[in-house]
Amino acid sequence: MSAPLLEIADLDVAFHGDGTPVQALSGVSLRLDPGQVLCIIGESGSGKSVTLRAMMRLLPERRARIGGQISFAGRDVLAMTDRQLRAMRGREMAMIFQEPMTALDPVYTIGAQIAETVRRHLGGTQAAARARALDMLERVGVPSAARRLDAYPHELSGGLRQRAMIALALSCGPQLLLADEPTTALDATVQIQVLLLLRRLQAELGMGIVFVTHDLGVAAEIADRVAVMYAGRIVEEGSVAEVLGRPAHPYTAGLLASSVEHVAPGAEIAAIPGAPPDLRALPPGCSFAPRCRHAVAACDATVPPPVRPGPGRMARCFTPLGFAPSGHAVEEHVA
Amino acid sequence: MNSLPEPVADRGGPAQPLLIARDLRKYFPLGGGARVHAVDGVSFSIAKGETLGIVGESGCGKSTLARLLMQLMPRDAGELILDGDPVGGPHGISVAAMRRQVQMVFQDSASSLNPRLPVQDSVAFGPRVHGRSRSAALEVARAALRQVHLDPALIGPRYPHELSGGQKQRVNIARALAIGPRMVVLDEAVSALDKSVQAQVLNLLVQLRRDLDLTYMFISHDLAVVRHISHRVLVMYLGQVMEVGPVAQVFAAPRHPYTRALLASRPSMDPARRTETLAISGDPPNPVDLPPGCRFAPRCPHAEAVCTAANPALAGGADHLAACLIQVPGSGHSQAPGLEAAA
Repeated sequence: MSAPLLEIADLDVAFHGDGTPVQALSGVSLRLDPGQVLCIIGESGSGKSVTLRAMMRLLPERRARIGGQISFAGRDVLAMTDRQLRAMRGREMAMIFQEPMTALDPVYTIGAQIAETVRRHLGGTQAAARARALDMLERVGVPSAARRLDAYPHELSGGLRQRAMIALALSCGPQLLLADEPTTALDATVQIQVLLLLRRLQAELGMGIVFVTHDLGVAAEIADRVAVMYAGRIVEEGSVAEVLGRPAHPYTAGLLASSVEHVAPGAEIAAIPGAPPDLRALPPGCSFAPRCRHAVAACDATVPPPVRPGPGRMARCFTPLGFAPSGHAVEEHVA
Repeated sequence: MNSLPEPVADRGGPAQPLLIARDLRKYFPLGGGARVHAVDGVSFSIAKGETLGIVGESGCGKSTLARLLMQLMPRDAGELILDGDPVGGPHGISVAAMRRQVQMVFQDSASSLNPRLPVQDSVAFGPRVHGRSRSAALEVARAALRQVHLDPALIGPRYPHELSGGQKQRVNIARALAIGPRMVVLDEAVSALDKSVQAQVLNLLVQLRRDLDLTYMFISHDLAVVRHISHRVLVMYLGQVMEVGPVAQVFAAPRHPYTRALLASRPSMDPARRTETLAISGDPPNPVDLPPGCRFAPRCPHAEAVCTAANPALAGGADHLAACLIQVPGSGHSQAPGLEAAA
């Protein structure tokens, strides 16, 4: 097995504001091999975007208490100086967002922005950087790329802006791309274009991708592996085919069952009852237990440790579905 | 106890559509003579108890259409007929009388509630405006909250920021129900909710439709959700209707190339069968600079010279229509049937 590109161990993030601290992440551990695509699936407040931002040290460090380890290409990200971070961001690790205007500067042309990034990280002449920018715009499928070099972000349609942001992020050949719901705000016909583009670029450039989404269909299209988050914890991880095809954690199974794709029109959807817990007052045991049909007494007492229900799989559950339970006997199951 | 107001009595009987829209138009001037053709000649009808789904991408005019129905903005042309009565105009029913029968729920559950009012007061506001006393309106509000499975004693006195997104959207539905409407226009009403909460709210909407004999117009960009809740579906593109028909038929055998492209753009739910080829490229064009002829022609894989000559009308079978020359015998499109086929 090759050395991991990214390794996160026991990452805790708590935000301190005026009141009770918000425990955004609790003991998140992840590993990404070079060239792998990992999707982090979760609903609002599950911690998926916080995990992504922590990898790039984008969290407000005066308000966020961060514990644990993040190692990227063998280096300790949490110990990096500002100077080291600036050298890493955009060069070795790049990020794309849901809203491209968060990444693009409205007062500079697309070409100028890509060329500036290229020169800053890779050096070279202005002409070479501009040639690189043109090459990138062509690679991401922007039509009439030479003309679009001199366009301002507001002059482009939503789909083209998304492509321009991807061109900017990939212009210095990063080893790791962090993608924060980059297709969520796009129209259906544009979303699938961007997904196929990212899949093609990943294969061509061989970078690793951590892709945050709430959409199981998006994960099915692009992921090698998926990690499912709930209330700041990874509750399940494994290959995309296994997790979506044979979920081990009741939350993953509940998410799949509550998809309208899986019921007859108009029929009752098997919705997960209740709502996620308040991150200011997490229950002492499994955060999903109050909504879980399979919960047993042990689930309310302690947070389930990770178990390995199969090769390459992890679930934090005392009663993983379809697998031999760990921690207590089968008879304790609540029907 | 259910003390929701009784809906306005049925007038035309079950065969008369609850709502007919004829040739609705809305253009937004941009200056310099340019106009956004937001809604450009849209006609449809909704039967009593039916749910009509409206799908389309951003800029297709589906939200403007909802606002025209609710009289939230004046239409430039066209007619609206509610159970036989024209809405507005010298001989029609008033906007207030129309809103007594048709209510709306918006996408953004937070901004559609007054942050300074307990939610029960927001729900009671409609009945107050429609003439109830303060205490009677609050009683209606409590009944409406019960109807959406919220405990009026627990949730009613709370402020919007104290509720979850799903609870806020239930409150918005309760507010629509508090008038005793016959029809509810739902504009992306479940789109901002997390999947597990979205499923709960969809179940609620299906239950309310059955229990209260409601008619829905359900606007969404999410094809799976529209398929789940709708009886018929209407597909819009650049301000016009591309296809309309029973939901099962449109999803199983779409007749318009745009509908086919929309359906083919849905992500596969199976990692073993990923999408390999694109059904359509590019973005939906700007509704200002409209192409001549069929508006979908510039992106259509089947477009021919004849498609840029005239804007096709809806045509096809009895209740499943598409605005495509391929559907019109003798239209000159190479894939259209000959004239003798129609005879």
